[in-house]
Amino acid sequence: MNFFKIIEQLAEVDPDVLGRFDSRRAVFQSLGTLAKRAALATTPVLLGSMFQKAYAGTNADSPIDILNYALTLELLEADFYRKFVEAGRIPAGAPTMAIAQIRKHEDSHVALLTNVIRALNGTPVTGVTFKRSFFNSLDTYEAQLQVAQILEDTGVRAYKGRAAELTGTPDMNIPGIGIVNLLTAALQIHSVEARHAAHIRYMRNQKPWVSNDDDVRTNPAYTGATPESNVMQAGYDLTRDLGTMYSAADVAAAFDEPLTPAEVLDMSRAGGLVG
Amino acid sequence: MSDTIQSRGSDDTAFAQPLYTPIKRRSFFLYAGATAGATALALAGCSKNDDNTPTTASTTAAAAISLGAGDVGVLNYAYALEQLEAAFYAAVVRTPATDFRAGELAYFQQVAAHEAIHRDFLKAALINVARVTPIPGLTPDFSSITFTSRASVLRAAQDFEDLGVAAYNGAGKLLKTSAFLVLAGKIVSVEARHAAYIRDLILPGSFADDMQVNPMSGLDKAMAPAEVLTVAGQFIKEKLNADNVGK
Repeated sequence: MNFFKIIEQLAEVDPDVLGRFDSRRAVFQSLGTLAKRAALATTPVLLGSMFQKAYAGTNADSPIDILNYALTLELLEADFYRKFVEAGRIPAGAPTMAIAQIRKHEDSHVALLTNVIRALNGTPVTGVTFKRSFFNSLDTYEAQLQVAQILEDTGVRAYKGRAAELTGTPDMNIPGIGIVNLLTAALQIHSVEARHAAHIRYMRNQKPWVSNDDDVRTNPAYTGATPESNVMQAGYDLTRDLGTMYSAADVAAAFDEPLTPAEVLDMSRAGGLVG
Repeated sequence: MSDTIQSRGSDDTAFAQPLYTPIKRRSFFLYAGATAGATALALAGCSKNDDNTPTTASTTAAAAISLGAGDVGVLNYAYALEQLEAAFYAAVVRTPATDFRAGELAYFQQVAAHEAIHRDFLKAALINVARVTPIPGLTPDFSSITFTSRASVLRAAQDFEDLGVAAYNGAGKLLKTSAFLVLAGKIVSVEARHAAYIRDLILPGSFADDMQVNPMSGLDKAMAPAEVLTVAGQFIKEKLNADNVGK
Protein backbone atom coordinates (compact mmCIF):
# COMPACT_ATOMS: atom_id res chain seq x y z
CA MET A 1 0.00 0.00 0.00
CA ASN A 2 1.39 3.35 -0.97
CA PHE A 3 0.42 5.83 1.68
CA PHE A 4 1.44 8.86 -0.32
CA LYS A 5 -0.37 7.63 -3.41
CA ILE A 6 -3.58 7.52 -1.42
CA ILE A 7 -3.05 11.04 -0.20
CA GLU A 8 -2.34 12.18 -3.73
CA GLN A 9 -5.54 10.61 -5.03
CA LEU A 10 -7.55 12.05 -2.18
CA ALA A 11 -6.10 15.46 -2.92
CA GLU A 12 -7.68 15.32 -6.34
CA VAL A 13 -11.16 15.16 -4.92
CA ASP A 14 -10.41 16.99 -1.69
CA PRO A 15 -7.83 19.75 -2.08
CA ASP A 16 -7.90 20.22 1.66
CA VAL A 17 -6.73 16.73 2.47
CA LEU A 18 -3.29 17.84 3.60
CA GLY A 19 -4.85 20.47 5.76
CA ARG A 20 -6.97 17.83 7.36
CA PHE A 21 -3.92 15.81 8.24
CA ASP A 22 -2.11 18.90 9.32
CA SER A 23 -4.97 19.67 11.65
CA ARG A 24 -4.29 16.34 13.24
CA ARG A 25 -0.63 17.13 13.71
CA ALA A 26 -0.90 15.77 17.20
CA VAL A 27 -1.66 12.34 15.75
CA PHE A 28 1.59 12.36 13.86
CA GLN A 29 3.53 13.72 16.78
CA SER A 30 2.22 11.02 19.03
CA LEU A 31 3.67 8.44 16.70
CA GLY A 32 7.23 9.36 17.60
CA THR A 33 10.10 9.22 15.17
CA LEU A 34 9.75 9.60 11.47
CA ALA A 35 10.93 6.06 10.90
CA LYS A 36 8.38 4.71 13.32
CA ARG A 37 5.69 6.74 11.64
CA ALA A 38 6.63 5.44 8.21
CA ALA A 39 6.59 1.86 9.47
CA LEU A 40 3.30 2.27 11.27
CA ALA A 41 1.70 4.06 8.39
CA THR A 42 1.86 0.90 6.33
CA THR A 43 -0.33 -0.84 8.88
CA PRO A 44 -3.87 -0.81 7.53
CA VAL A 45 -5.55 -0.53 10.90
CA LEU A 46 -3.57 2.51 11.90
CA LEU A 47 -3.96 4.07 8.50
CA GLY A 48 -7.69 3.63 8.81
CA SER A 49 -7.81 5.31 12.16
CA MET A 50 -5.73 8.17 10.86
CA PHE A 51 -8.12 8.78 8.03
CA GLN A 52 -10.99 8.52 10.40
CA LYS A 53 -9.41 11.17 12.55
CA ALA A 54 -8.47 13.35 9.60
CA TYR A 55 -12.00 13.20 8.32
CA ALA A 56 -13.70 13.41 11.65
CA GLY A 57 -14.23 17.03 10.68
CA THR A 58 -14.01 20.08 12.83
CA ASN A 59 -17.54 19.59 14.08
CA ALA A 60 -17.14 16.01 15.14
CA ASP A 61 -14.91 16.42 18.17
CA SER A 62 -16.61 15.65 21.43
CA PRO A 63 -16.81 18.26 24.17
CA ILE A 64 -14.11 16.28 25.96
CA ASP A 65 -11.77 16.68 22.96
CA ILE A 66 -12.39 20.41 22.96
CA LEU A 67 -11.89 20.68 26.71
CA ASN A 68 -8.64 18.73 26.40
CA TYR A 69 -7.49 21.09 23.70
CA ALA A 70 -8.19 24.00 26.04
CA LEU A 71 -6.50 22.13 28.88
CA THR A 72 -3.40 21.60 26.74
CA LEU A 73 -3.06 25.33 26.26
CA GLU A 74 -3.77 26.09 29.90
CA LEU A 75 -1.15 23.57 31.02
CA LEU A 76 1.34 25.20 28.66
CA GLU A 77 0.54 28.64 30.07
CA ALA A 78 0.57 27.45 33.68
CA ASP A 79 3.96 25.81 33.24
CA PHE A 80 5.30 28.90 31.50
CA TYR A 81 4.30 31.10 34.43
CA ARG A 82 5.75 28.58 36.89
CA LYS A 83 9.08 28.78 35.07
CA PHE A 84 8.71 32.57 34.74
CA VAL A 85 8.30 32.99 38.51
CA GLU A 86 10.99 30.45 39.37
CA ALA A 87 13.50 32.18 37.08
CA GLY A 88 13.40 35.07 39.54
CA ARG A 89 13.79 37.95 37.11
CA ILE A 90 10.38 39.60 37.62
CA PRO A 91 10.80 43.01 39.28
CA ALA A 92 9.33 43.26 42.78
CA GLY A 93 6.09 45.15 43.26
CA ALA A 94 3.46 45.55 40.56
CA PRO A 95 5.01 43.18 37.98
CA THR A 96 5.42 40.38 40.52
CA MET A 97 1.86 40.85 41.73
CA ALA A 98 0.44 40.91 38.21
CA ILE A 99 2.23 37.75 37.13
CA ALA A 100 1.13 36.02 40.34
CA GLN A 101 -2.49 36.99 39.62
CA ILE A 102 -2.28 35.71 36.03
CA ARG A 103 -0.57 32.51 37.12
CA LYS A 104 -3.30 31.92 39.70
CA HIS A 105 -5.92 32.12 36.95
CA GLU A 106 -4.06 29.73 34.66
CA ASP A 107 -3.72 27.24 37.52
CA SER A 108 -7.43 27.63 38.23
CA HIS A 109 -8.25 27.00 34.57
CA VAL A 110 -6.17 23.83 34.63
CA ALA A 111 -7.94 22.60 37.76
CA LEU A 112 -11.40 23.49 36.44
CA LEU A 113 -10.94 21.88 33.04
CA THR A 114 -9.35 18.80 34.57
CA ASN A 115 -12.24 18.38 36.99
CA VAL A 116 -14.89 18.86 34.32
CA ILE A 117 -13.23 16.36 31.97
CA ARG A 118 -13.02 13.81 34.77
CA ALA A 119 -16.63 14.41 35.71
CA LEU A 120 -17.59 13.73 32.08
CA ASN A 121 -15.71 10.43 32.30
CA GLY A 122 -12.96 11.71 30.03
CA THR A 123 -9.23 11.48 30.51
CA PRO A 124 -7.67 14.88 31.11
CA VAL A 125 -4.46 15.70 29.30
CA THR A 126 -1.47 15.85 31.64
CA GLY A 127 2.23 16.53 31.39
CA VAL A 128 2.15 19.39 28.90
CA THR A 129 5.13 21.58 29.69
CA PHE A 130 6.72 24.70 28.29
CA LYS A 131 9.90 23.74 26.43
CA ARG A 132 12.73 24.11 28.93
CA SER A 133 15.44 24.79 26.36
CA PHE A 134 13.40 27.61 24.84
CA PHE A 135 12.58 29.11 28.21
CA ASN A 136 16.27 29.05 29.16
CA SER A 137 17.07 30.97 26.00
CA LEU A 138 14.94 33.84 27.33
CA ASP A 139 17.67 35.43 29.36
CA THR A 140 15.95 38.66 30.34
CA TYR A 141 12.71 39.59 32.06
CA GLU A 142 11.74 41.53 28.94
CA ALA A 143 12.20 38.48 26.72
CA GLN A 144 10.14 36.36 29.10
CA LEU A 145 7.38 38.95 29.23
CA GLN A 146 7.29 39.13 25.45
CA VAL A 147 6.61 35.40 25.31
CA ALA A 148 3.87 35.87 27.90
CA GLN A 149 2.17 38.35 25.58
CA ILE A 150 2.40 35.99 22.63
CA LEU A 151 1.06 33.11 24.73
CA GLU A 152 -1.90 35.11 26.00
CA ASP A 153 -2.78 36.53 22.59
CA THR A 154 -2.55 32.99 21.20
CA GLY A 155 -4.81 31.71 23.94
CA VAL A 156 -7.43 34.30 23.05
CA ARG A 157 -7.29 33.25 19.40
CA ALA A 158 -7.34 29.54 20.24
CA TYR A 159 -10.53 29.67 22.32
CA LYS A 160 -12.20 31.69 19.59
CA GLY A 161 -11.16 29.08 17.03
CA ARG A 162 -13.29 26.43 18.64
CA ALA A 163 -16.28 28.51 19.67
CA ALA A 164 -18.33 27.32 16.69
CA GLU A 165 -18.00 23.73 17.86
CA LEU A 166 -19.65 24.61 21.13
CA THR A 167 -22.66 26.37 19.58
CA GLY A 168 -25.86 25.49 21.36
CA THR A 169 -24.15 23.58 24.15
CA PRO A 170 -26.79 22.74 26.75
CA ASP A 171 -26.35 23.32 30.47
CA MET A 172 -25.00 20.17 32.08
CA ASN A 173 -25.27 18.98 35.64
CA ILE A 174 -21.75 17.80 36.35
CA PRO A 175 -21.49 15.68 39.49
CA GLY A 176 -19.40 17.39 42.11
CA ILE A 177 -19.33 20.67 40.18
CA GLY A 178 -22.93 21.64 39.56
CA ILE A 179 -24.66 23.18 36.60
CA VAL A 180 -22.11 24.11 33.95
CA ASN A 181 -22.50 25.36 30.43
CA LEU A 182 -19.31 24.39 28.66
CA LEU A 183 -19.60 27.20 26.11
CA THR A 184 -20.20 29.82 28.80
CA ALA A 185 -17.25 28.53 30.81
CA ALA A 186 -15.06 28.62 27.70
CA LEU A 187 -16.13 32.21 27.04
CA GLN A 188 -15.47 33.13 30.66
CA ILE A 189 -11.94 31.77 30.35
CA HIS A 190 -11.52 33.41 26.93
CA SER A 191 -12.23 36.91 28.27
CA VAL A 192 -9.85 36.35 31.18
CA GLU A 193 -7.11 35.46 28.70
CA ALA A 194 -7.90 38.70 26.88
CA ARG A 195 -7.61 40.66 30.13
CA HIS A 196 -4.24 39.00 30.75
CA ALA A 197 -3.09 39.81 27.23
CA ALA A 198 -4.12 43.45 27.66
CA HIS A 199 -2.28 43.74 30.96
CA ILE A 200 0.94 42.18 29.73
CA ARG A 201 0.78 44.55 26.78
CA TYR A 202 0.32 47.40 29.28
CA MET A 203 3.39 46.18 31.16
CA ARG A 204 5.30 46.18 27.85
CA ASN A 205 4.08 49.61 26.70
CA GLN A 206 2.16 48.07 23.84
CA LYS A 207 -1.42 48.84 22.89
CA PRO A 208 -3.88 46.64 24.80
CA TRP A 209 -5.20 45.20 21.54
CA VAL A 210 -3.38 43.56 18.65
CA SER A 211 -1.99 46.34 16.51
CA ASN A 212 0.30 46.90 13.58
CA ASP A 213 2.31 49.05 15.99
CA ASP A 214 3.17 45.96 18.07
CA ASP A 215 6.86 45.21 18.41
CA VAL A 216 6.06 41.53 17.79
CA ARG A 217 3.61 42.12 14.92
CA THR A 218 5.46 39.75 12.59
CA ASN A 219 5.29 36.83 15.03
CA PRO A 220 3.27 33.92 13.58
CA ALA A 221 0.95 34.22 16.58
CA TYR A 222 -0.69 37.11 14.73
CA THR A 223 -0.83 35.59 11.25
CA GLY A 224 -2.89 32.68 9.96
CA ALA A 225 -5.74 31.98 7.58
CA THR A 226 -7.53 34.93 9.18
CA PRO A 227 -4.73 37.21 10.34
CA GLU A 228 -5.24 39.73 13.13
CA SER A 229 -4.93 42.46 10.49
CA ASN A 230 -8.21 41.27 8.91
CA VAL A 231 -10.77 43.97 8.04
CA MET A 232 -13.44 41.68 6.51
CA GLN A 233 -16.35 40.52 8.66
CA ALA A 234 -19.36 38.54 7.43
CA GLY A 235 -18.27 39.28 3.87
CA TYR A 236 -18.07 43.05 4.31
CA ASP A 237 -15.02 45.27 4.21
CA LEU A 238 -15.66 47.31 7.32
CA THR A 239 -13.26 50.07 6.29
CA ARG A 240 -15.72 51.15 3.60
CA ASP A 241 -19.01 49.19 3.77
CA LEU A 242 -20.48 50.65 6.96
CA GLY A 243 -21.46 54.02 5.54
CA THR A 244 -18.75 55.67 7.61
CA MET A 245 -15.10 55.32 6.61
CA TYR A 246 -13.05 53.62 9.29
CA SER A 247 -9.30 53.14 9.24
CA ALA A 248 -7.95 49.65 8.67
CA ALA A 249 -6.10 49.97 11.98
CA ASP A 250 -9.31 50.67 13.91
CA VAL A 251 -11.28 47.95 12.14
CA ALA A 252 -8.57 45.35 12.67
CA ALA A 253 -8.26 46.34 16.33
CA ALA A 254 -12.02 46.15 16.89
CA PHE A 255 -12.04 42.40 16.21
CA ASP A 256 -9.76 39.65 17.50
CA GLU A 257 -9.44 36.76 15.07
CA PRO A 258 -9.48 33.01 15.64
CA LEU A 259 -6.75 30.46 15.04
CA THR A 260 -7.62 26.90 14.06
CA PRO A 261 -6.27 24.06 16.20
CA ALA A 262 -3.83 23.20 13.39
CA GLU A 263 -2.56 26.77 13.41
CA VAL A 264 -2.23 26.89 17.18
CA LEU A 265 -0.42 23.56 17.31
CA ASP A 266 1.87 24.45 14.43
CA MET A 267 5.56 24.46 15.36
CA SER A 268 5.75 28.16 14.51
CA ARG A 269 3.22 28.94 17.24
CA ALA A 270 2.24 27.27 20.51
CA GLY A 271 3.11 23.83 19.11
CA GLY A 272 6.75 24.87 19.05
CA LEU A 273 6.66 25.87 22.72
CA VAL A 274 5.57 22.47 24.01
CA GLY A 275 8.23 20.06 25.15
CA MET B 1 -33.79 49.29 1.23
CA SER B 2 -30.59 49.26 -0.75
CA ASP B 3 -27.85 46.77 -0.10
CA THR B 4 -25.60 49.53 1.06
CA ILE B 5 -25.03 49.28 4.75
CA GLN B 6 -26.40 52.41 6.31
CA SER B 7 -24.64 54.19 9.06
CA ARG B 8 -26.61 55.98 11.68
CA GLY B 9 -24.58 59.06 10.95
CA SER B 10 -21.55 60.51 12.61
CA ASP B 11 -21.21 60.15 16.34
CA ASP B 12 -21.22 63.87 16.82
CA THR B 13 -24.70 64.40 15.53
CA ALA B 14 -25.96 61.06 16.77
CA PHE B 15 -25.27 61.88 20.34
CA ALA B 16 -26.60 65.41 20.25
CA GLN B 17 -30.10 64.42 19.18
CA PRO B 18 -32.28 61.68 20.50
CA LEU B 19 -32.63 59.17 17.70
CA TYR B 20 -35.57 57.42 19.10
CA THR B 21 -38.16 58.15 21.70
CA PRO B 22 -41.26 56.11 22.32
CA ILE B 23 -44.01 57.81 20.37
CA LYS B 24 -47.57 57.29 19.36
CA ARG B 25 -48.03 55.34 16.17
CA ARG B 26 -49.76 58.16 14.33
CA SER B 27 -46.72 60.37 14.68
CA PHE B 28 -44.29 57.60 13.84
CA PHE B 29 -43.73 58.37 10.20
CA LEU B 30 -43.36 62.03 10.86
CA TYR B 31 -40.69 61.22 13.39
CA ALA B 32 -39.00 58.64 11.22
CA GLY B 33 -38.78 61.06 8.37
CA ALA B 34 -36.89 63.51 10.51
CA THR B 35 -34.09 61.28 11.75
CA ALA B 36 -30.80 60.04 10.39
CA GLY B 37 -32.03 56.44 10.73
CA ALA B 38 -35.06 57.14 8.59
CA THR B 39 -34.69 54.19 6.27
CA ALA B 40 -34.46 51.59 8.97
CA LEU B 41 -37.19 53.14 11.03
CA ALA B 42 -39.59 53.50 8.15
CA LEU B 43 -39.11 49.88 7.21
CA ALA B 44 -39.58 48.82 10.79
CA GLY B 45 -42.82 50.71 10.86
CA CYS B 46 -44.06 48.86 7.80
CA SER B 47 -43.23 45.36 8.90
CA LYS B 48 -45.40 43.00 10.83
CA ASN B 49 -44.57 42.29 14.43
CA ASP B 50 -43.78 38.60 14.26
CA ASP B 51 -41.42 36.98 16.72
CA ASN B 52 -38.36 37.94 14.76
CA THR B 53 -39.24 41.53 14.19
CA PRO B 54 -38.48 43.85 17.03
CA THR B 55 -41.24 46.19 18.02
CA THR B 56 -40.27 49.69 17.07
CA ALA B 57 -43.42 51.73 17.29
CA SER B 58 -45.35 51.42 20.47
CA THR B 59 -48.91 52.37 21.12
CA THR B 60 -48.13 53.85 24.49
CA ALA B 61 -45.20 55.96 25.46
CA ALA B 62 -44.20 53.59 28.25
CA ALA B 63 -44.10 50.39 26.17
CA ALA B 64 -40.77 48.66 25.92
CA ILE B 65 -38.84 48.02 22.73
CA SER B 66 -38.71 44.27 22.20
CA LEU B 67 -35.30 43.00 21.18
CA GLY B 68 -36.98 40.12 19.36
CA ALA B 69 -36.50 36.38 19.63
CA GLY B 70 -33.81 33.82 18.85
CA ASP B 71 -30.50 34.84 17.33
CA VAL B 72 -32.01 38.10 16.11
CA GLY B 73 -32.82 38.95 19.71
CA VAL B 74 -29.23 38.30 20.73
CA LEU B 75 -27.89 40.44 17.89
CA ASN B 76 -30.28 43.28 18.75
CA TYR B 77 -29.23 42.96 22.38
CA ALA B 78 -25.57 43.28 21.40
CA TYR B 79 -26.48 46.14 19.07
CA ALA B 80 -28.22 47.96 21.93
CA LEU B 81 -25.19 47.61 24.19
CA GLU B 82 -22.79 48.69 21.46
CA GLN B 83 -24.97 51.72 20.77
CA LEU B 84 -24.65 52.63 24.42
CA GLU B 85 -20.88 52.18 24.49
CA ALA B 86 -20.39 54.02 21.20
CA ALA B 87 -22.51 56.96 22.38
CA PHE B 88 -20.61 57.07 25.65
CA TYR B 89 -17.17 57.17 24.03
CA ALA B 90 -18.36 59.67 21.42
CA ALA B 91 -19.32 61.98 24.28
CA VAL B 92 -16.00 61.35 26.06
CA VAL B 93 -14.10 62.34 22.93
CA ARG B 94 -16.29 65.35 22.18
CA THR B 95 -15.90 66.88 25.63
CA PRO B 96 -12.70 65.38 27.04
CA ALA B 97 -12.20 65.48 30.79
CA THR B 98 -10.22 68.52 31.81
CA ASP B 99 -7.86 66.38 33.88
CA PHE B 100 -7.14 63.59 31.37
CA ARG B 101 -3.52 62.52 31.54
CA ALA B 102 -1.14 62.33 28.62
CA GLY B 103 -2.25 59.80 26.04
CA GLU B 104 -5.68 59.19 27.51
CA LEU B 105 -7.65 61.20 24.97
CA ALA B 106 -5.82 59.40 22.15
CA TYR B 107 -6.74 56.11 23.82
CA PHE B 108 -10.41 57.04 24.07
CA GLN B 109 -10.46 58.17 20.45
CA GLN B 110 -9.38 54.70 19.38
CA VAL B 111 -11.86 52.94 21.66
CA ALA B 112 -14.59 55.26 20.38
CA ALA B 113 -13.80 54.06 16.87
CA HIS B 114 -13.85 50.38 17.94
CA GLU B 115 -17.25 50.73 19.54
CA ALA B 116 -18.69 52.71 16.63
CA ILE B 117 -17.45 49.94 14.32
CA HIS B 118 -19.07 47.29 16.54
CA ARG B 119 -22.34 49.24 16.53
CA ASP B 120 -22.39 49.82 12.79
CA PHE B 121 -21.31 46.27 12.07
CA LEU B 122 -24.03 44.73 14.22
CA LYS B 123 -26.62 46.93 12.58
CA ALA B 124 -25.32 45.85 9.18
CA ALA B 125 -25.32 42.19 10.23
CA LEU B 126 -28.94 42.45 11.36
CA ILE B 127 -29.98 44.02 8.07
CA ASN B 128 -27.85 42.11 5.59
CA VAL B 129 -27.10 38.79 7.25
CA ALA B 130 -30.04 38.15 9.58
CA ARG B 131 -32.30 40.05 7.11
CA VAL B 132 -34.34 41.85 9.72
CA THR B 133 -34.88 45.43 10.73
CA PRO B 134 -32.75 46.26 13.75
CA ILE B 135 -34.04 48.01 16.82
CA PRO B 136 -33.92 51.75 16.37
CA GLY B 137 -31.22 54.08 17.57
CA LEU B 138 -31.52 54.47 21.34
CA THR B 139 -31.40 57.65 23.38
CA PRO B 140 -28.58 57.59 25.91
CA ASP B 141 -29.02 59.08 29.35
CA PHE B 142 -25.60 59.94 30.70
CA SER B 143 -26.84 62.43 33.26
CA SER B 144 -25.08 60.45 36.01
CA ILE B 145 -21.68 60.88 34.35
CA THR B 146 -19.56 64.01 34.73
CA PHE B 147 -17.75 64.14 31.42
CA THR B 148 -15.40 66.89 32.55
CA SER B 149 -14.05 64.63 35.29
CA ARG B 150 -11.45 61.97 34.50
CA ALA B 151 -12.47 59.89 37.52
CA SER B 152 -16.14 59.91 36.53
CA VAL B 153 -15.37 59.01 32.91
CA LEU B 154 -12.98 56.21 33.84
CA ARG B 155 -15.42 54.75 36.34
CA ALA B 156 -18.22 54.75 33.78
CA ALA B 157 -15.94 53.27 31.12
CA GLN B 158 -14.99 50.43 33.43
CA ASP B 159 -18.62 49.76 34.27
CA PHE B 160 -19.62 49.70 30.60
CA GLU B 161 -16.72 47.47 29.55
CA ASP B 162 -17.06 44.96 32.38
CA LEU B 163 -20.80 44.86 31.74
CA GLY B 164 -20.21 44.32 28.03
CA VAL B 165 -17.88 41.40 28.69
CA ALA B 166 -20.34 39.79 31.09
CA ALA B 167 -23.17 40.36 28.61
CA TYR B 168 -21.40 38.70 25.69
CA ASN B 169 -20.22 35.86 27.94
CA GLY B 170 -23.77 35.24 29.07
CA ALA B 171 -25.30 35.58 25.61
CA GLY B 172 -23.01 33.16 23.78
CA LYS B 173 -25.01 30.09 24.74
CA LEU B 174 -28.21 31.71 23.48
CA LEU B 175 -26.92 31.82 19.89
CA LYS B 176 -27.88 28.99 17.58
CA THR B 177 -25.88 30.08 14.55
CA SER B 178 -22.18 29.28 14.77
CA ALA B 179 -21.17 32.19 12.56
CA PHE B 180 -22.82 34.66 14.93
CA LEU B 181 -21.12 33.04 17.91
CA VAL B 182 -17.73 33.42 16.22
CA LEU B 183 -18.48 37.08 15.46
CA ALA B 184 -19.52 37.70 19.07
CA GLY B 185 -16.30 35.99 20.18
CA LYS B 186 -14.25 38.31 17.98
CA ILE B 187 -15.84 41.31 19.67
CA VAL B 188 -15.94 40.21 23.30
CA SER B 189 -12.20 39.74 23.66
CA VAL B 190 -11.66 43.28 22.43
CA GLU B 191 -14.15 44.47 25.06
CA ALA B 192 -12.17 42.50 27.64
CA ARG B 193 -8.98 44.22 26.48
CA HIS B 194 -10.70 47.60 26.89
CA ALA B 195 -11.97 46.56 30.32
CA ALA B 196 -8.55 45.45 31.50
CA TYR B 197 -6.86 48.60 30.24
CA ILE B 198 -9.36 50.99 31.77
CA ARG B 199 -9.08 49.12 35.06
CA ASP B 200 -5.31 49.55 34.93
CA LEU B 201 -5.79 53.28 34.34
CA ILE B 202 -7.96 53.49 37.46
CA LEU B 203 -5.91 51.16 39.63
CA PRO B 204 -2.79 49.60 38.11
CA GLY B 205 -2.95 45.82 38.45
CA SER B 206 -6.74 45.61 38.71
CA PHE B 207 -7.14 44.27 35.13
CA ALA B 208 -8.60 40.99 36.39
CA ASP B 209 -8.91 41.38 40.13
CA ASP B 210 -10.66 38.94 42.44
CA MET B 211 -13.87 40.96 42.36
CA GLN B 212 -14.13 40.51 38.61
CA VAL B 213 -12.50 37.12 38.00
CA ASN B 214 -13.40 34.36 40.40
CA PRO B 215 -10.09 33.44 42.04
CA MET B 216 -11.15 29.81 42.55
CA SER B 217 -12.40 29.02 39.07
CA GLY B 218 -10.51 31.65 37.10
CA LEU B 219 -13.76 32.56 35.35
CA ASP B 220 -14.82 36.05 34.27
CA LYS B 221 -18.40 37.16 34.87
CA ALA B 222 -21.32 36.07 32.70
CA MET B 223 -24.71 37.74 32.98
CA ALA B 224 -28.12 36.99 31.49
CA PRO B 225 -29.75 39.67 29.31
CA ALA B 226 -32.38 40.71 31.86
CA GLU B 227 -29.69 41.18 34.49
CA VAL B 228 -27.55 43.23 32.11
CA LEU B 229 -30.45 45.43 31.06
CA THR B 230 -31.23 46.25 34.67
CA VAL B 231 -27.84 47.94 34.80
CA ALA B 232 -27.62 49.23 31.22
CA GLY B 233 -31.20 50.47 31.38
CA GLN B 234 -30.15 53.27 33.71
CA PHE B 235 -28.29 54.80 30.77
CA ILE B 236 -30.98 54.32 28.11
CA LYS B 237 -34.14 56.40 27.97
CA GLU B 238 -36.18 53.71 26.21
CA LYS B 239 -37.17 50.54 28.00
CA LEU B 240 -35.86 47.35 26.40
CA ASN B 241 -37.52 43.98 26.64
CA ALA B 242 -35.22 40.95 26.43
CA ASP B 243 -37.84 38.33 27.36
CA ASN B 244 -37.50 36.42 24.08
CA VAL B 245 -33.80 36.92 23.41
CA GLY B 246 -32.32 33.57 22.42
CA LYS B 247 -35.70 31.82 22.60
